[in-house]
Amino acid sequence: MRRFAASIVGQLLIFVGQFITAARADWRGIEPVPRQRIYYANHSSNADLPLIWTVLPAAIRRNTRAVAAADYWLKNKLRAFIGRDVFHGVLIDRRAEHRTDDPIAKIVQALDDGSSIIIFPEGGRNRTEDPLMPFKAGLYNIAQQRPEVDLVPCWIDNIAHIMPTGEVIPVPLACTVTFGAPIHVGETEQKDAFLSRASDALLDLIPSRGQA
Amino acid sequence: MEMTQTSSDLLFLFAACCGLLIIATLVGEVLQARLHKTRANLTVETYLTRVHSWWGMVFLFSIALLVGPVGIITLFAFCSLAALREFLTLTTKTNADHWSLIASFYLILPFQYVLIWWGEVGLFSTLIPIYAFLLLPILSVLRGGEGADKNFLARISETQWGLMICVFCASYIPALVTLDIPNYGDRAPLLIAYLVFVIQMSDLMEYFTGRRFGRRKVAPAVSPKTREGIACGAAFAAALGLLLTWMTPFSPLASIAMAVMAYLVGVGGSLVLAAIKSDRGIKNWGHLIPGQGGFVDQLDSVVFAAPVFFHVTRYYYGG
Repeated sequence: MRRFAASIVGQLLIFVGQFITAARADWRGIEPVPRQRIYYANHSSNADLPLIWTVLPAAIRRNTRAVAAADYWLKNKLRAFIGRDVFHGVLIDRRAEHRTDDPIAKIVQALDDGSSIIIFPEGGRNRTEDPLMPFKAGLYNIAQQRPEVDLVPCWIDNIAHIMPTGEVIPVPLACTVTFGAPIHVGETEQKDAFLSRASDALLDLIPSRGQA
Repeated sequence: MEMTQTSSDLLFLFAACCGLLIIATLVGEVLQARLHKTRANLTVETYLTRVHSWWGMVFLFSIALLVGPVGIITLFAFCSLAALREFLTLTTKTNADHWSLIASFYLILPFQYVLIWWGEVGLFSTLIPIYAFLLLPILSVLRGGEGADKNFLARISETQWGLMICVFCASYIPALVTLDIPNYGDRAPLLIAYLVFVIQMSDLMEYFTGRRFGRRKVAPAVSPKTREGIACGAAFAAALGLLLTWMTPFSPLASIAMAVMAYLVGVGGSLVLAAIKSDRGIKNWGHLIPGQGGFVDQLDSVVFAAPVFFHVTRYYYGG
């Protein structure tokens, strides 16, 4: 019953997403095949996760879990239902003092179970003027523990204009998610070098548009 | 059910379009079968995708016209929505514009089509050029916030331009059904079919002849259109205008003049929109119509021609 409701809500979200933003995936650096991957994306709006989720082909989506903030998604029953049952969230508490288990271990466990994951390595919504905030160490730690899994950069375009932070009504602008070529962590690569390389790979996907 | 003259004329046009498309489809399929496994037949594939999109458009458009004013107004309201989305995706904006963007999509766009449904010429021809033009910048300035004055003129102008092209101009296509032309009765849907058919077919003619014989480009920086191609397109528009006089309230000569005028304004429109695309570094406005790009790509020439066509017709033939 719960699963059925989750799939209905999921389809509904996809429909709304498609109708409002005509959301589209641009598979620029990698094919949309059901292989295990870590999709990492820029994060500026609450609509980011539903959006990536909408543009993934159904076969991939079924086996993909989102790494999301427990302190956000467990706040009420509706959010918990959407976060857990619809997005199959791997819920991590961003407040270290509230944690009972190791977040990285939890994510690696999800990978070992065969799932792909979606992660926002900035660690929260970007409210600055810069296109990306510095990445948190999590992406590096996961990549180091499971170096064989492809890390796929995903640039979500325009979402900040569709629903700026604090707004309720979305503007129906077109939105594209661009998937770039996968990267892997080098055997001897240091944390900072890797994180800046991952960040650059994501920035490279920003569509040029004359002026800003 | 008794069939009116207008409906049977529309069905005749529909059959004629299907005939053309059947030929186009057959040519494509035969070419594809011949080229199969030999050279790259990407061109043929693209061509066939386009023909398939044309099938879809002809069916949708015919159904809407047969349903009558509600059908055609609803169809174009959705086209406007898709076009405005494509356009405003590429314009300059900041968070301070959120309210004016919301108002553009959820208030102005639907209200414009409601006014057309009511046939209020005085209101639908001023809603966007006057009221939206003055009120939306006020919303943007009141909304304020950090950096609210940044690129202010560019932001409000680009939003207004999007509304003018994608809502105001586009809505003049269904607005043709509101024209009250003496001795023309309920035949106004035919006038829409006439406008769209003449422009689209002449555009195709311009495309093919321009590829073959075209030499001197009219706007080399933005478009491959040539003087030779446009001349052929205009000649073809004149011929179509004469041939399709029966659909219009015009005399044969007037129909030729109207067809050529609509075509030339349309060419201008597609050049202007090509310049915008080229400035923003994109090839197509969108991706929703397979093989053709977006709604703005498909409608560019018709939206430019429609208001001119409407007001000239209204001035000379309106009751």
